Amino acid sequence: MVHKEALVISGLKKYFGHVKANDGIDLVVRTGTIHAIVGENGAGKSTLMNSLFGLHQPDSGEIYLWGEKVLFSSPLQALAHGIGMVHQHFMLVEALSVLENIILGAEPGKGILLNYKNSRKTVEEICHKYGLELDLDALVENVPVGIQQRIEIVKVLYRGARLIILDEPTAVLIPQEIDRMFEILREFKRDGCTVIFITHKLHEVMALADDVTVIRDGRTVGHWPISQVNEKILARQMVGREVVLDLVKEETKPSELILQVQGLQTEQVNGDQSAEDLSFNIRAGEILGIVGVAGNGQDALIEGILGLRKVEKGEILYLGEAINGVNTSHLRQKGISCISADRLKTGLVREFSVRENAILGYQKSKEFVSKLLFHKKKINHYAQQIIKEFQIKTPSLDALITQLSGGNQQKLIIGRELHANPKLIIAVQPTRGVDIGAIEFIYQVLLECRRKNAAILLISNELEEVLSLSDRVAVLYQGRFMGSNAPNRLTKESIGLMMAGVRTEGEGEPV
Amino acid sequence: MISFLSVSIIQATVAIATPLFIGALGGLFNERVGIVNVGLDGIMLSGAFAAAITSYYTQSAWIGVLAALMVGALLGLLHAAICVGLKADHVVSGVAINILASSLTVFLLQLLFNNKGQSPSAPKIGQISNAGSIPILGPIINNMSYLTIIGLLLILLSHFFLYHTKMGLRLRSVGENPYAAQSLGIPVRKYMYLSVIVGCALAGLAGSFLSIGILNVFTKDMTAGRGYIALAAMIFGRWTPFGSLGASVFFGYVLAWQMNAQGLTIPAQIVEIIPYLATLLVLAFVAKRARGPAHDGKTFAPGEH
Repeated sequence: MVHKEALVISGLKKYFGHVKANDGIDLVVRTGTIHAIVGENGAGKSTLMNSLFGLHQPDSGEIYLWGEKVLFSSPLQALAHGIGMVHQHFMLVEALSVLENIILGAEPGKGILLNYKNSRKTVEEICHKYGLELDLDALVENVPVGIQQRIEIVKVLYRGARLIILDEPTAVLIPQEIDRMFEILREFKRDGCTVIFITHKLHEVMALADDVTVIRDGRTVGHWPISQVNEKILARQMVGREVVLDLVKEETKPSELILQVQGLQTEQVNGDQSAEDLSFNIRAGEILGIVGVAGNGQDALIEGILGLRKVEKGEILYLGEAINGVNTSHLRQKGISCISADRLKTGLVREFSVRENAILGYQKSKEFVSKLLFHKKKINHYAQQIIKEFQIKTPSLDALITQLSGGNQQKLIIGRELHANPKLIIAVQPTRGVDIGAIEFIYQVLLECRRKNAAILLISNELEEVLSLSDRVAVLYQGRFMGSNAPNRLTKESIGLMMAGVRTEGEGEPV
Repeated sequence: MISFLSVSIIQATVAIATPLFIGALGGLFNERVGIVNVGLDGIMLSGAFAAAITSYYTQSAWIGVLAALMVGALLGLLHAAICVGLKADHVVSGVAINILASSLTVFLLQLLFNNKGQSPSAPKIGQISNAGSIPILGPIINNMSYLTIIGLLLILLSHFFLYHTKMGLRLRSVGENPYAAQSLGIPVRKYMYLSVIVGCALAGLAGSFLSIGILNVFTKDMTAGRGYIALAAMIFGRWTPFGSLGASVFFGYVLAWQMNAQGLTIPAQIVEIIPYLATLLVLAFVAKRARGPAHDGKTFAPGEH
């Protein structure tokens, strides 16, 4: 007989040094249901799943799988017990083929030899059963992200998992792919599988889950059948207070042209998608939102404008002046600023203090330098001002930037980038990995800049974000615009199609 | 007259290529699990030393070869412990191994034989004889060292292992994306340790060929950068056994030709530059496109990923 509860976790704790990643997690997952686990970034969802999956061991607490007490010291044991996990960052080997990725670690047959023929047959059967089409011989590096997700799912099925954990599975998918994925998950449920679905997108929880558990600051806040909650209740439970995400977007009259891009074509860099003949304008007081599946030329566009990537063709005019090939620091002085996508990679220097990071990129500015030396008092005053204005929580100015939470790091970058009242703001994924409170704040700051007549280029994977902030939305696919329009004239479905490279009718005016 | 192809050039090519392709194979087993090993040269030097003195004391070349394998494996264990266990920088560890090998061999020479320059002569590894009568191949394989044959078998075996066995697939996945491998229950660290140890043992074997394969003595710093050329051959050969073999034969040919060309009026120093120049050029043009294992040279640190 199948046990009624697929998974019971009680009092699970996991500390990393002084950080309490999990500080008392309780979870009950009924067999044959889809169970959502929601919580903000850093609430401890991934740590919890890694404990369950044997990637690390909890410091205390108990895990029962189908009634049996378990403690896994390696993923191998978890796999053997029928747990399968689709990680948030795909766990694929790019240089190997799709088939090799699927069978890796669980190759069929006894002996030591690889038997591709048998493997292919088994995998094809699984794909056929769930209608998951895959080109098994393609190298993973040549496969789009949506398909990579599919490979991950087949990997789990191939191992015969009965409990499937998906960590933020919809982050890289377009709306249509998300719908398809939900269908597949419901199919699993019909087959008697149990699904754990980790997310921070509440509408997905409402659409898919049977039960939901909310986690906050490493603790379980509560769990409910889905019929007893709604998005508002969940948001409140997640954050611990009321959240208002209703934005006040005043009408603005876009005035002078700030940025004109004509036929931008960038150099091809390491297989990254280049910009292919991109043209658009942004006026003062306007937010142009750009959406697209990651890797469709976003980086090329940003780096092309900022002078970080070679422009092969086309013209970039800033305030009517050509800026092709002008170096980046010069552009910054002229009032172009950038909130970059990956804060610890391109936004901040890990090894530097809060103070040093606060003047990064402006370290030569007369404001901070007297003769050859830094003007310490002025820098301190300025850094304090940013910290106050942007409500950044930091132990001190000398604290290492990495001691701050993601949200506070992001606020420091935004504070720094907006300090000099830029005329053009390039905001790339400005709310990636920050908590709801910070998201609220960042949205307001961006809208405030718009009100103060800055031109904003917003590039994001969060469709909702782009739709609610932008005045115009353009869809990027393989380095080209598929179409653009005002957000209220676009539906999620039409955007999804364009993100997948399908041109829809009435794609609207030129960008 | 410069000859571009003669029996003597072919024989010299084979003799020079042997330590290169065995060494390249050693480097390959390091890098295929993501561990860069610039200490290859030092490990070859240590292998050469261990082979020569063991062969001298036991009067058996094969025990010498065994000693070279063991010294290589030990240095491999050291390298793996530093890079995998202590998560230190691979290049720093490799450079340290080179310096250690270069000075320790000289120190031991002085200690054992009261001679800083070279060891006493020792029995050398046997070679094929009386094959001269076989048509076409005969003159080429005549006098070919048994170690060359073993090396060629190792290339075949490694190719089969990497591309036709389950363990081979797993090993390749470790060097490409250890996190993915780990999530599928593959014991990543074990693979790293074992592969580095095997790879370094092979580098030791390559070294033994230098001291008791071609010659019958160990001389100070006798690798003369061959470890680096072996690494270059591995890159040129795109981290594959057959590719490494092909690249080594190419480098071997250039070196062999250079030795043949030394009787010319061109200053010897210029001629000596040619193999290294060829290496540089090949790398400059080929290495740009060659792509190694994706996780090569990076530290595997789950949890901080």
